[in-house]
Amino acid sequence: MLETHETLKEGTQPGGPGVDKPTLTEREFTVKERKQWQMALRRFLRHRAAVVSLVVFVLLVLFAFVLPYFWHYKYTEFVSLCTQSNGLAGPCSPSLKHPFGTDSTHDMLAVTMRGTGQSLKVAFLIAAVGTGAGALWGVVSGFFGGFVDSTLMRLADLVLTIPSLALAAALAHKGGGSLVLIGLILAGVAAPYVARVVRGVVLSLREREFIEAARALGASNTRIMFRHLLPNTIPVLLVNATLLIAQGILAETALSYVGFGIQSPDTSLGVLISTNQGAVENQPWLFYFPGVFIILIALSVNFIGDGLRDALDPRQTRERK
Amino acid sequence: MTTVELGKQTPPPAPRPKGEPVLSVRNLAKHFPIRSKGLIRRKVGDVHAVCDVSFDIYDRETVCIVGESGCGKTTTGRLVLNLIPASSGSVVWRGQDLTTISSRGMRPLRRDMQIVFQDPFASLDPRMNVNELVAEPLRIHGQYRGENKGREQVRDLLAQVGLNPEHGSRYAHEFSGGQRQRIGIARALALKPRLLVLDEPVSALDVSIQAGVINLLEDLQEEYGLAFMFISHDLSVIRHIADRVVVMYLGKVVETAEADELFRRPSHPYTQALMSAIPLPDPVKERERKRILLTGDVPSPVSPPSGCRFRTRCPKFANELDNAQREWCVNVEPALEAKFTAHEAACHFASARTDILEVGADMRAVPAELAQWPTGRPSDEQASQPMSCAPEDGAREPIRISDDVTVDAEGELVVEES
Repeated sequence: MLETHETLKEGTQPGGPGVDKPTLTEREFTVKERKQWQMALRRFLRHRAAVVSLVVFVLLVLFAFVLPYFWHYKYTEFVSLCTQSNGLAGPCSPSLKHPFGTDSTHDMLAVTMRGTGQSLKVAFLIAAVGTGAGALWGVVSGFFGGFVDSTLMRLADLVLTIPSLALAAALAHKGGGSLVLIGLILAGVAAPYVARVVRGVVLSLREREFIEAARALGASNTRIMFRHLLPNTIPVLLVNATLLIAQGILAETALSYVGFGIQSPDTSLGVLISTNQGAVENQPWLFYFPGVFIILIALSVNFIGDGLRDALDPRQTRERK
Repeated sequence: MTTVELGKQTPPPAPRPKGEPVLSVRNLAKHFPIRSKGLIRRKVGDVHAVCDVSFDIYDRETVCIVGESGCGKTTTGRLVLNLIPASSGSVVWRGQDLTTISSRGMRPLRRDMQIVFQDPFASLDPRMNVNELVAEPLRIHGQYRGENKGREQVRDLLAQVGLNPEHGSRYAHEFSGGQRQRIGIARALALKPRLLVLDEPVSALDVSIQAGVINLLEDLQEEYGLAFMFISHDLSVIRHIADRVVVMYLGKVVETAEADELFRRPSHPYTQALMSAIPLPDPVKERERKRILLTGDVPSPVSPPSGCRFRTRCPKFANELDNAQREWCVNVEPALEAKFTAHEAACHFASARTDILEVGADMRAVPAELAQWPTGRPSDEQASQPMSCAPEDGAREPIRISDDVTVDAEGELVVEES
């Protein structure tokens, strides 16, 4: 871990009262100052699964947002049908022309690209907004305590008692299936969960001595909340965010399944799965390709979250093989 | 063995050029309410953590607060820095009463008063590296001028406390205990304070490192002209560093004196007991001397003993006083005053002893007859004064001790069976 360098710059010698000037032998062991992000990167790279997942995830993003520009079918475009073994016209099975096959009207690859993109957008919106709002909610609640805490936590209880899918369905229906609205609603429903977890962590953190130390230095409440309490909840936030991404995709699927999610002709992985589940027997490609993409997103995000948690934890020293 | 010169002829300790105290604490008290369990959480009592504590700190002076665990030392330190609100009394910092100041108004004053915590493992934010930790006070008070200059300031501070500035991007957990305490000291020094509250800064460190940190503190005091409020339970450390010592027992000051004076002639029985626990470097003397052993536990600060708080464990109360004198201890709260000793002690029957650290000296420095001890029994009026920390209890019934009462080994008053 230690990096050595041969020359010691002038004026940066360790010294001060009672410390001898470094001798030649000590120079060999003088430690170069390391940048924080370098160390985080180093720790992240040590996490194999996370690195692989990151590559997979980048490919997914390219697949969803860049590939559509180069693929000769659009997801809105109608394609001609194929003649099937029984002589009737029907969906094409995967071929060079349609690598993912087609359903009765569209090229499946183009549709899956669009679906992956929309699902990723919704999932990340839910994770970012839900975790962000929940973290803020929990930190304020836990830090101030007393009346503020009671009010905010009763509010959280209130939101948690509402059946979230019904609420989302009702609200999303009014908004006409807009992706941003669906994301925001699902995020709002997820935030109280995060808030409760974060509040619990903050309640124990704020009694720690380093918080009192910050106060003794003259730090304001805002500074204590955002510079000391929030950074110390990062592991919890990351775990919650990665879970929320997976949950978000599923929630959007559920919403689409009951018909209140993203509306046709737009699509998402959830919509694809729910509309094509009847085709598992005869046209399995219609169901399995979107399904594999849901699993890929959820898995890679979870591993990346795991790696990030290790990388951002300064106490993490475990060497990974 | 020569007897140390004692008695009224001893010249008072050399007057120090002092002027106004920078910090002056008067009648400071802190009560923590105890609440009942259940829904209503009624207040059922108070923990009298700190009660009627007064002392001054002058510029460039080291005042040590000493006492056993739970006696209110740390609470006093927190109160001085206004980290917890005081129940009553005042903390005057250069003419400004901190107990009435708002937390916003307190913030600029924090520049001048800093604290080093006891536990170097808990008092540093685990998610900040050393540069950030040391830079934080500068940033808070707007003294971090630009990334380059600020970095330079932090490097200087780290070098000052004997840390390698190249380690600035490391995190607190990567350092040893002594190094972490140095980080804490560097952080406290960043704003060039005038008063440093040191809350047992070396108790969490092992002895070899203690010396290093103590010497560092002394050097820094000289360099910056700091005043120290040094909280500790380790008398050998205090003897080394202190200018003045305040001895606390169960939330009250029992004795206060210049350090030399206190170590030469401790006059409160509790101080004497503390002193007798200091190991002597000479094994012959160590074997010869009689230890003063305190029996029993510290009484609960929820309901401290009436009269003198130390009487339940006081060897003098148990062994040397007669019942008329004991009535004073049981009923009347001893005031902190200079009796016949040159310094203040809160004991009705204070008398200096010099034989504790100077084995072989006269057992008692001044014959008891010379002391201005109270005579007879306290009057009903004297004995029923309300206690200073629980005035709401009002006047009390005087406790009278008849002749057939003795004190048993636990310090309890028992009626002798005839």
